[in-house]
Formats: sequence, structure tokens, C-alpha cells
Amino acid sequence: VLHTSRPLHTTQQCLAPLPPLPEKGGEVRYGLIPEEFFQFLYPKTGVTGPYMLGTGLLLYFLSKEIYVINHETVAAACILSVIIYGVKKYGSDVAAFADKLNEEKVAKALAVKNEAIKDLETAIEQEKKEQWRVEGRNYLFDAKRNNIAMLLETNYRERLLTVYSEVKKRLDYQVAVQNLKHQKEQDHMIHWVEKNVVQSITPQQQKESIAKCILDLKALSKSAQAAV
Amino acid sequence: GPLAERRLMDVRLGELPAWLATCDLSPQGLLGGVRKAWSGYYDKYINVKRGGPAGISMLLAGYCLLSYVWNYQHISKISFLVSV
Repeated sequence: VLHTSRPLHTTQQCLAPLPPLPEKGGEVRYGLIPEEFFQFLYPKTGVTGPYMLGTGLLLYFLSKEIYVINHETVAAACILSVIIYGVKKYGSDVAAFADKLNEEKVAKALAVKNEAIKDLETAIEQEKKEQWRVEGRNYLFDAKRNNIAMLLETNYRERLLTVYSEVKKRLDYQVAVQNLKHQKEQDHMIHWVEKNVVQSITPQQQKESIAKCILDLKALSKSAQAAV
Repeated sequence: GPLAERRLMDVRLGELPAWLATCDLSPQGLLGGVRKAWSGYYDKYINVKRGGPAGISMLLAGYCLLSYVWNYQHISKISFLVSV
């Protein structure tokens, strides 16, 4: 419920939190007549002025029958006395109860406010921690740079090894080819020499050599027979 | 201050008709006046942290008085008085 008498944010000098409720209401004497009336009459008539005025008025109303005494007067008197007795006896208890309710409401609101403040403070601390973490960025990047350098190095060496093995394979191939060629040339030469030699052995020479062999064998057999 | 902006208690007796002339007597004006009076009364006697019986007792007394005034014609008739 928005009170029309409490304008919010319309004046220039507006207080951000609402001004608190006044502690006590306006002073009222006998529960019916505000103090301002007594203060209003005090300069002219002193302290007893209003009472005199009240008595005079009452007597005037009664005598002129402006206020007529009837059965309702009796009823009003009884009701008033009961009300006054009730208020005098239980007034303070009711007031204490109402005050307690108010206290609880205020305490709840205060608790919510404190909760919010605490949450915000923890958020601030975490934010500060994050900022501190950000300072460690450098180390992180150094480590990453080292990793990358190592990867590059490893890759480079692998490729170097591949190059080396490939070149070695090609050179081995060349060496093998040369060896093979050498060997083939040798074999071919031997073969050719043997062929020529065999060809050069004419039938005449063959007969002579066979005869010589037979003679040698005979000589040998003779010497072997002699030996035995 | 000027006559139109003063409250009723600050107006002198001789200036009363002039002051009445300046105030806003249209329905909206009267309604605004009633609202201001009520909110003044409410903020002073009822909407406080530790009020007492004064807030509503004055309202009830005013209601009693008003109802007596409205029914005076009927109450003062002799037929009513005799019938207890």
C-alpha cells in the first residue's frame, strides 16, 4: 500500500532508505483528546482551561437536552467501563505481543540482508582469487611453449632419422648393385676363360694327355705294388 | 506565506472567507482534501511503531458523535424516549 503522503523520489533530497516509522504516536490525553488542544488553550486559560471547558459543555448539553439521557446512555456507560477495564488490564500484554511480531519481521529482513551481504563478500573473494590466478598465466604459457618446442624437436628428429634411413637404403642399393656387377663380371670371366681353355684343348692334346695319365697311373700302381 | 498556501490553523479569523474562497471545492479537490486529512491522521496516530488505544478510540468516538448528531431528531422525539 503506497501512502500518498510519503512521496518517494519526487523531492531532490530523497533519502535512499525510507525514513523509519516514528516511535510513538501523537500524544493523546484520556485516549480521546490530542495534546495539541490542551497546548492550544494553555496560553489563555492555563492548565485547568480545557477541563473547565469540558465540564461546562457537558452541563450545557445535559441541561438544554441537546444530549438526551436514554437507555443508550446506560448501555454506553457499561460498554465504556468494560472496554476501559480490558485495555487497562491487557493492554501491555497485547503491546508486547505485537512488538514481538514486529521484531520477528525485522529480524527476518535483517537476516536476508546479512545473507546477501555475506554472499556478495564471498563472491568478491572468489573474484580476487580469480584475478590472482590470472597472474599465473605466464607460467602456463611458458609450459605450453616448452611442450610445443619439444614436439617440434621430436618431429624434426624423426624426420632426420627417416631421411638418414632412406639415404642409407639408396646407398646400400647402389653398393649391392656394384657388388653384384663385380661378381657377375668375375663369374662371367671365369666361365669364359674355362670355355676358352676347354676349347683350346685340341683332340691331339687330349690324346697325349690321356696317354700320359695312363703311363703315370701305371707307374704309380707299380710303385704302390712295390710298396705293398 | 501567501493566503492560499496556509493551513487552516494559521489563517486569522478575519481572513477566513478569503481563505475559503481560495481553496479547491470541486469534487476532486474535496476528495484530495479528505485524502490528505486521512493520511495526516493515519501517519500521526496509527502508522507508528508503538501506538496505543488513541488511534482507533478517537475514530470510534468521532463515529459515535456523528451518529448521535445524525439521529438527534429521532432520539429527541417523545415517542422514542417513552418506549425505553
